[in-house]
Amino acid sequence: MERYRMVFSGSGGQGVITAAIILAEAAVLYENLMAVQSQSYGPEARGGATRSDVVISDTEVHYPKVIQPNLLVCLTQEAYNQFYPIIRPGGLLITDTRFVKTQKKVDALQKELPMYETTMEKIGKSIVFNICMLGAVIGLTDLVRSNSVIKVLQNRIPSGFLDINREALNLGIELGAKVKS
Amino acid sequence: MLNSLLRAIEKLGLSKNEIVMVSGIGCSSRISGYVDFHTLHTIHGRALAFATGVKLSRPELNLIVPMGDGDALAIGGNHFIHAARRNIDITAIVMNNRIYGMTGGQYSPLSGYGTLATTAPYTNIDQDFDVVELSIASGASFVARTTTYHVQQMADIIRKAILHKGFSVVEILSQCPTYFGRKNKAGNAVDMLESYKTNTTSIGSKAKKENPELIERGIFAQKEIPEYCNEYNKIIKKAMKGHS
Amino acid sequence: MKKNIKFVQGNEACVEAALYAGLDFFAGYPITPSTEIAEHLAYRLPRVGGKFIQMEDEIASMCAIIGASLTGNKVMTATSGPGFSLMQEALGYAIMTEIPCVIVNVQRGGPSTGLPTHMSQGDVNQVRWGTHGDHAIIALSASNHQDVFAMTVDAFNLAETYRTPVVLLFDEVIGHMRERLFMPEKGEIPLVKRLRTSVKEGVDYHPYLPREDGRLPMSDFGGVHRYNVTGLFHDMWGFPSDNQKVVHELLRHLVDKINNNVDQITKFKEFYLESAETILISYGSSARSSLHVVENLRSRGEQIGLLELQTLWPFPSHIIKEKCAKAKYVIVVEMNMGQIHQSVRGAVDRPERVFLANRIDGVFITPMDIRNVMRLIQGKGV
Repeated sequence: MERYRMVFSGSGGQGVITAAIILAEAAVLYENLMAVQSQSYGPEARGGATRSDVVISDTEVHYPKVIQPNLLVCLTQEAYNQFYPIIRPGGLLITDTRFVKTQKKVDALQKELPMYETTMEKIGKSIVFNICMLGAVIGLTDLVRSNSVIKVLQNRIPSGFLDINREALNLGIELGAKVKS
Repeated sequence: MLNSLLRAIEKLGLSKNEIVMVSGIGCSSRISGYVDFHTLHTIHGRALAFATGVKLSRPELNLIVPMGDGDALAIGGNHFIHAARRNIDITAIVMNNRIYGMTGGQYSPLSGYGTLATTAPYTNIDQDFDVVELSIASGASFVARTTTYHVQQMADIIRKAILHKGFSVVEILSQCPTYFGRKNKAGNAVDMLESYKTNTTSIGSKAKKENPELIERGIFAQKEIPEYCNEYNKIIKKAMKGHS
Repeated sequence: MKKNIKFVQGNEACVEAALYAGLDFFAGYPITPSTEIAEHLAYRLPRVGGKFIQMEDEIASMCAIIGASLTGNKVMTATSGPGFSLMQEALGYAIMTEIPCVIVNVQRGGPSTGLPTHMSQGDVNQVRWGTHGDHAIIALSASNHQDVFAMTVDAFNLAETYRTPVVLLFDEVIGHMRERLFMPEKGEIPLVKRLRTSVKEGVDYHPYLPREDGRLPMSDFGGVHRYNVTGLFHDMWGFPSDNQKVVHELLRHLVDKINNNVDQITKFKEFYLESAETILISYGSSARSSLHVVENLRSRGEQIGLLELQTLWPFPSHIIKEKCAKAKYVIVVEMNMGQIHQSVRGAVDRPERVFLANRIDGVFITPMDIRNVMRLIQGKGV
């Protein structure tokens, strides 16, 4: 595969960093790909915009940070305002309809998805919002198989919570696949 | 002091191989060079931190840490209170001569208000620690005080301190005629020893009630509370359960 | 999933390696960005019967591991700049008393409290000269998790071989980043066991009398040989001495045992150095940005290569001199104000050809930063 650079952004507590780690781990452990994940720490990690970078590739990734993402996910207005200018021309921008008003200013494929709303409507627990987002990313990009993500979740999550995570992942995949062009 | 210590150890029947003496820097620290144990002469103030590493890695060893007042309670004060708080089975002996002897007579955290020292030429305005109270407040489970005059009591207390399972503090009022004595007109070594006899009394004695100025000697605290290495061994058992 | 693959932070790779190397005892104090090492070991060490203790500060942590090493344990502590500063006196004690130990410094921005959560490689020279007095030291670095693993195991091996503290100099980028780690099988990487004395009980044991090969067999504290350990200059018995011959020979021994073995100690990696006109020299995370540049430009036919230093101290001067002999330009890439740059200039025949590509603002150096410096050097402007 081509090198694929992603930035996941939102606010602390939304689980964007966890989602980024799960995706990268799925790629490395179950897809035989290379992946590097990093995140910004510091004041910006507690309130303000949180950011995690993931690079997935079939060859070794040396420089681990993302300067121009192929995929940018923004789950808050603040994150969107801060990061939308960095998207790679022709890239994919995913935002959540509940939290972000977009301005259609960038040269990118913009997908505004009701990820939060759907999660709350169907599952009623905001804790799996990030997994729904991860599903949407997979639905739109086919970066990794959903089964690979499930395997990572099985290792990381207490078994009692696995079902709602699986459900959230599938909701996201549907949302993503529906708008895939 | 050395004699009392050796006598205490002899009485306990401990093998020399089971004893590790850790010292810092100061007059008191040189003691480790004079005894036939495992001896670790470390850096200023840190003896208890080194001793913690030795003890936790080999809990079956007996750790004795002789320190001076500056070593134990100025530069080493933080390690002192934390070793006490953990209640790790180490015997800390604080030889309190109320002065920095090795560097030539500067005031220590035990010199006390109104004393003279080369760094307090106009009199010392620093208040002093009460080693016994400090140790008890920090969580030491055995706390005692004696003097170099009371040789019998010293040997007895040191023996009990070593036997005690937990962090033990023994404060020993020790003379430094060269610096503290001369500066503060406390006389020569014999005069100072004599003063330990006249200025101290047993805990709760009648003499103390009559003269509150007297310094009490004896065992102030002796309690059984969980010892650090024992507790850590429980952690290991807990961690290993269901895991191999 | 293959059982031996992990997806972990660099700090965790270091923990895995330490356990692989046989770590028995860890003492530490929380500090960003090294804290994960302590957290993981608090959980992992007791599961293998090892001991973990959180001390009251970094000074105590360093002292505690030295004490624990003396009793025969493999020991480690982990910290970052401010904590590493606090450890310097005890580090010197470990050098003087020849007690094996491993110190991990996950670097952050300094001086002082600096940039706790941002990256820097500003402690390189502190590692070399942070503790007072003449001495030699071993310091290793790594740029990816597989190398973090390998160099951590190597650190334990070198500490035992030379009876010396070894510093692992990582940085925030490597410590926190997650990537793949292949767990080596048991026995795949050789481990150096502590060399213990063969002297029997009752026979004179000289704790500080090196063998002919310079190595110093140890007897565990609490064992059958009782001896003195001191940070003062000491004779072969371990007793203090200011005899000029004793002092001279001990200091020579402390320095020579490391500096005379640079070849055995040194590890480095080279990429496309054959025929390279431009050589980048880097280490740690900045070597990743450097390699990115090298691979990009090589694919466009430029004669550029990378020399990645994994051993920073003792400084491998002769290797740098030899590798850079034919280069038109040498560019040292690091995230400080030229700490290794200075040493490289001292090592090569033509120091005027050695340049610095750096970044000191807490931001990870980008391939673009390096390219810009290259263009300037080549007279092309930014």
